[in-house]
Amino acid sequence: MIATTTAIEQVEIPISERGPSPRKVIVGYGFWLFLLSDIIIFSALFAAYAVLSGRSADGPTGVQLFHRDNVLVETGCLLLSSFTCAMMSLAIDVRRRGLMVIGAVLTLALGAAFLWLELTEFAGMVAQGAGPSRSAFLSAFFALVGMHGLHVSIGLCWLVSMVAQVFTLGWRPMVIDRLACFGLFWHALDIVWIGVFTIVYLGAR
Amino acid sequence: MDERDQRNDQSNDQETPGESAGWKSGLAKALLGLAASIVLTLASFWAAGTHQVWGPGVPVLLAALAIGQMGVHLVFFLHISSGPEGTNTILALAFGVFVVALVVFGSLIIMANLNAGMVSMDGLMRMQR
Repeated sequence: MIATTTAIEQVEIPISERGPSPRKVIVGYGFWLFLLSDIIIFSALFAAYAVLSGRSADGPTGVQLFHRDNVLVETGCLLLSSFTCAMMSLAIDVRRRGLMVIGAVLTLALGAAFLWLELTEFAGMVAQGAGPSRSAFLSAFFALVGMHGLHVSIGLCWLVSMVAQVFTLGWRPMVIDRLACFGLFWHALDIVWIGVFTIVYLGAR
Repeated sequence: MDERDQRNDQSNDQETPGESAGWKSGLAKALLGLAASIVLTLASFWAAGTHQVWGPGVPVLLAALAIGQMGVHLVFFLHISSGPEGTNTILALAFGVFVVALVVFGSLIIMANLNAGMVSMDGLMRMQR
């Protein structure tokens, strides 16, 4: 199988005559289409936030509510978890279960730390009367940042079930595909977070 | 010619589990991605708090840094490449970026126009008299 693909690439047969792509490419492409549609959902929430960010209804504004140090730590957690997730993918490529579990546990811990910081921030804002019902700005803020947090929570549940599947089902092609999709999902969430911290937290005036 | 050879090497590495060269280049790629994104993140936080940059230029700088960091994530973590297998992925990405830009900038322009066209509270009072 490996020998034939190498031979085909060496004689440069046009891509239209090479036959179906490898499974990894097809699965990745299908999941990539889902991720793009998910990013389009986020773009609607970003648009709502951009339109409403100045409408604080004489309530607290972003500058008064946001703590940049907190956001920097949150961003660090997500960036490092992206790196540990990439390590996990490498461990899967060489079929090393021990390394994969270490990568998964680190990713879980960093993702959970991110969620904890975010929920603490939300709780603090609600406690000082800046909940989602206070102003249009805060409704848009909680919708956008909460949606990202929801995706992270779903990702964490997904990762736990993937670790369980590696132990119960082993390295089946089906499990490998799901793990590859999880990796794509986790990195795409990081891309959304880059938009969130730039527009919401650093863009607050 | 060299570039094509390199690309063939990479695609072979991805398809042969258990080969140490693939593991090493993957690790190097991930470390490079991590380093680049840490630098860009710190630059963003510095740019948002500094007074050394001309005020109106800060949002532009932040946008440039964010786009750069998204690019780093796409290349180093999501492994988007311009190779023959990546053509469909790139096309889908281009369409996605187009729709996102349409939704965000379209909403901003339409809402700004509606806002400008709104009758103010004083104007409304005067009309009722």
